[in-house]
Amino acid sequence: MIASIDNDGYIRMDASVLRVLKLLVLTSIFICISGAAIASRLFSVIRFESIIHEFDPWFNFRATKYLVTHSFYKFLNWFDDKTWYPLGRVTGGTLYPGLMVTSAVIHNILKKIGLPIDIRNICVMLAPAFSSLTALATYLFTLEITCTLPSMNNKKTPALLSAAFMSIVPGYISRSVAGSYDNEAIAITLLMVTFFLWIKSVRLGSILYASITAIFYFYMVSAWGGYVFITNMIPLHIFILILMGRFNYKLYTSYCTWYALGTLMSMQIPFVGFLPIKSNDHMAAFGVFGLLQLVVLTNYFKETLSPKRFFNLMIAFGILVFTFGISGLIIATKLGWIAPWTGRFYSLWDTNYAKIHIPIIASVSEHQPTPWSSFYFDLNFLIWLFPIGVYLCFNDLSNESIFIIVYSVLGSYFAGVMVRLMLTLAPVVCVCAAITIGKLFDLYLDFKIILSKKVYELNEKVINKNNNFWNLISRFSVILTFGFYLYFYVNHCIWVNSNAYSSPSVVLASKNRDGSNAIIDDFREAYYWLRMNTNEDANVMAWWDYGYQIGGMADRTTFVDNNTWNNTHIATVGKAMAVSEANSEVIMRRLGVDYVLIIFGGMLGYSGDDINKFLWMVRISEGIWPEDVNERSYFTDRGEYKVDDMATKTMKESLMYKMSFYNFGKLFGGRDVYDRVRQQRMSSDYANNIHLDVLEEVYTSENWLVRIYKLKDQDNFGRDLIEVGENERKDTTRRQKRTLTRNRPEFDIRV
Amino acid sequence: MAKKDVKKVIKPVVAKSNKESNSNTINVASNAAVSTISLFEELSKSVITSYKQYLKDLENDQKLRLIDTFLAFLVVVGIIQFSFCLLGGSFPFNAFLGGFSATIGQFVLTVGLRLQNSDSNKDLFNGLLPERAFGEYILASLILHFVIIHFIN
Repeated sequence: MIASIDNDGYIRMDASVLRVLKLLVLTSIFICISGAAIASRLFSVIRFESIIHEFDPWFNFRATKYLVTHSFYKFLNWFDDKTWYPLGRVTGGTLYPGLMVTSAVIHNILKKIGLPIDIRNICVMLAPAFSSLTALATYLFTLEITCTLPSMNNKKTPALLSAAFMSIVPGYISRSVAGSYDNEAIAITLLMVTFFLWIKSVRLGSILYASITAIFYFYMVSAWGGYVFITNMIPLHIFILILMGRFNYKLYTSYCTWYALGTLMSMQIPFVGFLPIKSNDHMAAFGVFGLLQLVVLTNYFKETLSPKRFFNLMIAFGILVFTFGISGLIIATKLGWIAPWTGRFYSLWDTNYAKIHIPIIASVSEHQPTPWSSFYFDLNFLIWLFPIGVYLCFNDLSNESIFIIVYSVLGSYFAGVMVRLMLTLAPVVCVCAAITIGKLFDLYLDFKIILSKKVYELNEKVINKNNNFWNLISRFSVILTFGFYLYFYVNHCIWVNSNAYSSPSVVLASKNRDGSNAIIDDFREAYYWLRMNTNEDANVMAWWDYGYQIGGMADRTTFVDNNTWNNTHIATVGKAMAVSEANSEVIMRRLGVDYVLIIFGGMLGYSGDDINKFLWMVRISEGIWPEDVNERSYFTDRGEYKVDDMATKTMKESLMYKMSFYNFGKLFGGRDVYDRVRQQRMSSDYANNIHLDVLEEVYTSENWLVRIYKLKDQDNFGRDLIEVGENERKDTTRRQKRTLTRNRPEFDIRV
Repeated sequence: MAKKDVKKVIKPVVAKSNKESNSNTINVASNAAVSTISLFEELSKSVITSYKQYLKDLENDQKLRLIDTFLAFLVVVGIIQFSFCLLGGSFPFNAFLGGFSATIGQFVLTVGLRLQNSDSNKDLFNGLLPERAFGEYILASLILHFVIIHFIN
């Protein structure tokens, strides 16, 4: 008998049946959540195609291809001579291999079981697949937290809610849409798993769970540089617990096991190397490790000695340890055993630091401080439920809920400093908001009292009905309001995902005048041209943003790329772009440039083009050669950034400017030339007079987005190329000039 | 400095509530004479008291004695390794670091095992079976040494 109705009218069911039902419901909820997580990340694949996005993913993709075609050991020892020409890059030792190894393993397993899937598709789909795992990890993490909150009646509601929130929160989706094959795609999953296991091991004090935490920590280290967040979060958690007098031996077993195993494991990653014992980012973990040993010792003294003696002993002991520790740290830093504090570290504390000292860090848009609106944009209504969740954690203070508090404080701070760190804040916001809503639903969705009262009423007929009525009204108003907010959240997320975060930025979409979609595919067009029409060992100079894409799509050697490990080299390229043709020729010949690739948005109105990034090139090269490049000279006297006739002489002479506007005037056939990005007009005469002598235009894409120039060979007679150009211009008469402009150059089909 | 002090202030307050009944006699004596004897003497005395208590604890527990001997051995090995590094240089740094962290890691794991095994902590670890604790300890040690073998090359 599965179910029966007993004498009181209740339906009684077998416990095992209920358990199976519960499991079924839980599984179906998870299937739905995974479905939502994956589906909402597929906009870009549906709208465009299965393509790798943006910049960094192109490098990861290229590295993955290398790993799949070569062996693992070759991958680790990979010296890449196609980037950073002529220096090359020790790629195997300077990347986080976790992402590539993960997708290669998936690729190989699928191949073994008879599902040969192209590595590109695996790379594209990796992030959505892992996002559904993140939802699961968030569920487990929240469950672990709510289990320790005694005031929470229904432990699973917040956990399920947090998983649902996490699956579609825009702050996380921004880094994990299909095709954004970046380290963060798997790192957030690992972050949540590591935190879940950490909480579990703190709760149980078990060496086993601490070891598993260490293993996942290792995986995290292999996947993302943001592992330092965990490296500092966990010691901070322990440290605060000690300060609060909540120390117990469980903390010792879990932390020390984690630290001993985790640190040792993290040193296996070539890129991390000896950092965990040398860099200051890791010193907090080490300090807490030492502190815990002392605390255990003192705890033993405390158990055996009288309070007064213990107090005296501790004072002496404390002073001794403190002076030793501080002087040790200072001496080690002075002697150079510990690496100096890095610029990225300073920029975390002082948001202006990077702007003043390191232009290369400041020039990356995702390193900018977060604007207020993006908090709401990325987290929607969760952001105002977040503090309430933290408050609820304060209400039931346990070792585990303190972790949430620490995490939320640190996460909010870092998210405020850098836009990209919104990613680490998103999970804790989801968890806190879920705790709030879970608590709310605990109170307001519980109709047991009212229903049982109704039964009661039949017998007693007294009890003021009014009270009951208002009770119901208040319940329903709260439930409906929050139901609406939940609905609105889903709507907002899907809208944000489809509109803001699903553009591959390799392929652009725009609307025609009649409203139909137009696909602008200039990047791939130009990269493909490079691939098919240039020598295999041609060296292409471009600003570092496009380094990875050129390497991935055009398969040509680049000078600088998004890795930005060598500031001087970047500054050299910046200087070549920023100075006059004659000076630039020297630099380019010395570097061995064959082609120069620039992005020009003036025709299309694409604002992320090189003229807009030009100031960063100037700034970065000014940092190295202040005597040759001066930022001020690119601005007019009135401090305006002009590209039209009024532009400064330095600006007009700079190679970047010339390359951008070369031949641009011919497009307008005698009318005023209009730059759609800067919204500035230049006269046709002036625009037609922009000439290039050392470079020749070899390719310009359909919408003029990408322009490729070739460095001319040196003159056969040993003349200066610029002189030759000057002489030729002198010889052409006015009339010839006019015919030149009237007759547009013939364009053949260029494939 | 501040953070350390806070910790120390908290500790005695906690200790007062569950004042230990042992070392009663010494307690009274020391309280009376606290002003006369020097600080150093007092400190050494308290260390000796603790040590005596520790020896008494060990007397009837063979398992703990075994673990403690192992810990002492590890400390000696660690000191030897470190002094060798100071005297002979740390040339194969991987090897030194691997060996030294093997000692430290094993020490820490063993202390964890000891804490889980001592009788006074039974409630804290909510009835963790000694067999299970030992199994976990073995597993963690295996992971540790596997990583170190890989690290040393």
